[in-house]
Amino acid sequence: MSTTRRQFLKIAGLAAFGLGTSTALDAATADAKDMEGAKYDVGGKHLAAKRWAMVIDTRKLESREDFERIIHACHSIHNVPSIPTKQEIKWIWTDKYDHVFTDDMSQHLSPAVREKDYLLLCNHCENPPCVRVCPTKATFKRADGIVVMDYHRCIGCRFCMAGCPYGARSFNFGDPRPYLKDVNPAFPTRMRGVVEKCTFCSERLEVGLLPACVEASNGAILFGDLDDPNSPVRKALAENFSIRRKPSIGTQPGVYYIV
Amino acid sequence: MYNGKYIIPGIVIFVGLFTFPFWSNLLTPKYERPQLALPAGQKECIEPAEYMRAEHMHILDVWRDQALREGKRAYVASNGKVWDISLQNTCMKCHTNKADFCDKCHNSNSVNPYCWDCHVAPRGNQ
Amino acid sequence: MIEKVLKGSPAFYIWLLFLGGIASLGVFAYIFQLKYGLTITGMSRDVSWGLYISQFTYFVGVAASAVMLVLPAYFHHYKKFKKMIILGEFMAISAVLMCMLFIVTDMGQPQRMLNVILHPTPNSIMFYDMMVLMGYLFINALVGWVTLEAERHDVEPPKWIKFFIYLSVVWAFSIHTVTAFLYAGLPGRHYWLTAIMAARFLSSAFASGPAILLLLVIALRRLTGFDPGREAIQTLTKIITYAMAINVFFFLLEVFTAFYSGMPGHQHPLTFLFVGHDGHASWVVGWMWTAAVLAILSLCLLIPPQFRDNERVLPWALGILVIASWIDKGLGLLIGGFTPNPFETVTIYTPTFPEILVTVGVYAIGLMVLSVLWKIALDVKKEAGTF
Repeated sequence: MSTTRRQFLKIAGLAAFGLGTSTALDAATADAKDMEGAKYDVGGKHLAAKRWAMVIDTRKLESREDFERIIHACHSIHNVPSIPTKQEIKWIWTDKYDHVFTDDMSQHLSPAVREKDYLLLCNHCENPPCVRVCPTKATFKRADGIVVMDYHRCIGCRFCMAGCPYGARSFNFGDPRPYLKDVNPAFPTRMRGVVEKCTFCSERLEVGLLPACVEASNGAILFGDLDDPNSPVRKALAENFSIRRKPSIGTQPGVYYIV
Repeated sequence: MYNGKYIIPGIVIFVGLFTFPFWSNLLTPKYERPQLALPAGQKECIEPAEYMRAEHMHILDVWRDQALREGKRAYVASNGKVWDISLQNTCMKCHTNKADFCDKCHNSNSVNPYCWDCHVAPRGNQ
Repeated sequence: MIEKVLKGSPAFYIWLLFLGGIASLGVFAYIFQLKYGLTITGMSRDVSWGLYISQFTYFVGVAASAVMLVLPAYFHHYKKFKKMIILGEFMAISAVLMCMLFIVTDMGQPQRMLNVILHPTPNSIMFYDMMVLMGYLFINALVGWVTLEAERHDVEPPKWIKFFIYLSVVWAFSIHTVTAFLYAGLPGRHYWLTAIMAARFLSSAFASGPAILLLLVIALRRLTGFDPGREAIQTLTKIITYAMAINVFFFLLEVFTAFYSGMPGHQHPLTFLFVGHDGHASWVVGWMWTAAVLAILSLCLLIPPQFRDNERVLPWALGILVIASWIDKGLGLLIGGFTPNPFETVTIYTPTFPEILVTVGVYAIGLMVLSVLWKIALDVKKEAGTF
C-alpha cells in the first residue's frame, strides 16, 4: 500500500511539475503577441535570383584609384572601420596574385598578371565552411546563395574565421566606433565581439540596388544570377576565361575572376 | 525555546530583508509615467500607440529576424499600410529624439537594450 | 562529504588563499577584457584563436585521460588502480571546468552563450563539443561522488553506477575526438586537415594527462603521505610511455606525409614552426625545437625500465614529457594551423600579458577546484581506512 502511495505521489509530483513548466512557458510566450492582421512581405522593389554571383574583370581594374574607389564605396556605406593594426576589419580589399590564387597555376605567369592587384571579398560559397561550423546559425546561407551574418546572434567564438579558407572574415576585437570617421546613418555599425564580412549588399538588393562595389566599378564588376544563362555574369563567363580562388577544396565560390 | 535570543532577531532580520522590495517601494515616490517627446506632425505610429507601448520590443525582435533572416523587409500593418522594416530608417525617421523618447522610458524602467551599440541614433542626438 | 573542506590544516587554507590570489589577478585581467574586448590579446585577423582555445584543447585531453585509470580498473579488473581512480575522476572534473572557462574567456559576446542551446545547430562541431563536455562533467561528478560515498560507508557502490562508469570510458574518447574534429574538418587549414588528428589528440592526451596526474600524486605523497602503491605508479608510467611513443610516432607520420608528398601547403606550417617561413621566423621556433628535444628525452628516460622504475628519475621524465606535449599541443598546434594564413603569408602571434594573466587565472581556479576535491577524497579515504 505504502509503495503505491509513494508511486502515486511521485507521478503526481512529476505531473504537477510538468503542468507548471508548460503553463509557465505558455505564459512567457503568450504575453508577446503580433498585431492581428499584420503581415511580413518581401518589398516590391527587391531584386531576386536563384544564385547570386559576381564576376570581376581584372583587366578593367588597373590603377590604385579604381580599387580605392570601389573599396571606399563599400566601406563607407557599411560603416567598416579603418583600424591600423593586425586586428583590422575589411570587407573588400586587394592583394597580389600569389596571395589571392595560392595554387601556383603557372610558374612563369606574365609579370603584368603576377604584379597586379586583385580584389578580394567573401566568396559566398555554394558550400560555405563558415556556415557549417557556426554553432548558433549566426552566419547562414540564404536561398539565393548569399552568405549573411546575423550580428545579433553571433557569440564571437570565431570558429567561422578558422573555417573560412579565404580569410574573408574580420572580428571586432574592440569597439569599432572610434575608428569610424563618418558614420552612414542609414546603416548600422557593429559592436565589439562579433564577426563581420561582405554581405553581397543583401540590404541593397532588397530595395532594388546592385551591390555598392558593382556600382562603383564602372562595369569592371558584374553581378547577376548564375542560374540564368542570360544574366550578365553568365554571358561574361561564357565569353571569357575565368578562374576562382582555391577551387580544389570544394567550396564552389560565387566570385569569378576574368584574368 | 533554545537559543531564542539568536533565532528571533535572526528571523526578524530575514523577514526584513525578504520584504525589502515592498517597504522600499512604500518609502520611495510613486512611479510616474515619463513624459516622452512624441514626433511633431505625425499622428499615428505603425500600429496603435497602446500596442506599440506594450509590444515594441516584440515587434523589433520579429522585424530583426524577418528582415535579416527571412529577407522580408516590408511590414504590412494591421491597417494595411506598408512600412520598410528598419529601426534606423523607419522608426527613427519619426522618433528623432532618442534621448527623450527611447532613453527616458528605458531609464526610468531600468532597462538597457543594446540596440545602439550597433544601430546609429539619429544625428544631432548623440 | 563537502564538510571535509571546512576542516583542514592552515597550510591547506594558505594554499587555497594563494591560488585565490592568482585567480583574482586573472579575474581582474578578464574584467579588462570584458570592458575593452579581445583587443587586449595578441590575436589578430589572421590568427583569430590564441592561447585560450589552445589551452582549452590541451585540458580536454587532460580531462579525457582519467579513462587511462578507469579502463584498466573496470574493464580489466586491475585492482591496483582502484585506490587512485577517484583522483583521476576529480582531476577530470577540474580539467573540464577549466575547458569551459577557457571557452567563455575566448568568446567575444559571452553573455550570448546560451544561443548555442537556444539555436541548436547539429552541423556545428562546437554544438557537440558543448554537449559532450557537459556530459563528461556530469558523469565524472556522479561517478566520483557515488563511489566515494560508497567507500566512506564501506559498502559496494550501487550496481547502476557501473553503467555510468562504462559510459564514462566511451565518453572520454568522444570528448577528445570531438575536440579534434573542431580542427580536422576545416578545408583551408593544412596543418589541421589530417585524418589522424583525433588519434594524435588521444595519444598526446593519454601521455600528458596521466603524467600530470602522476606528478601531482607524487607531490601529494610527499605532502600527505598518501601512497597509491608502487605497482600502480609503474603501470601508469608504462601507459604513459606507450602513449608518448605513439604520440611522437604520429607526429613523425605528419612530417613524412608533408615532406615526402612535397605538397607546399602541407609543408609550410611545419617549416614555419621549426625554421620559419617566407623569411618570417617567430619566437615559436625555439619553443618547437625545445619540445622536439624534450619529447625524445622523455622517451629516453621512460623506455628503459631502470630509469622508468627509478622514482628519482621518474618525476623529471614526466615533467619533461608534460612540457614537450604542452608546447606541441598547447602552442604549436594552434599557431601552425593559423600560420601561414589563407593568403600563404605570415602573421606572427604572440600572447600578451593580460592574455597570459587570464590563462594563469584559469589554471589557478582549476587547481583550486582540484585541491578541494582531492582534499575531500583523501579525508574520506583516511576515515574509511583506505588511505
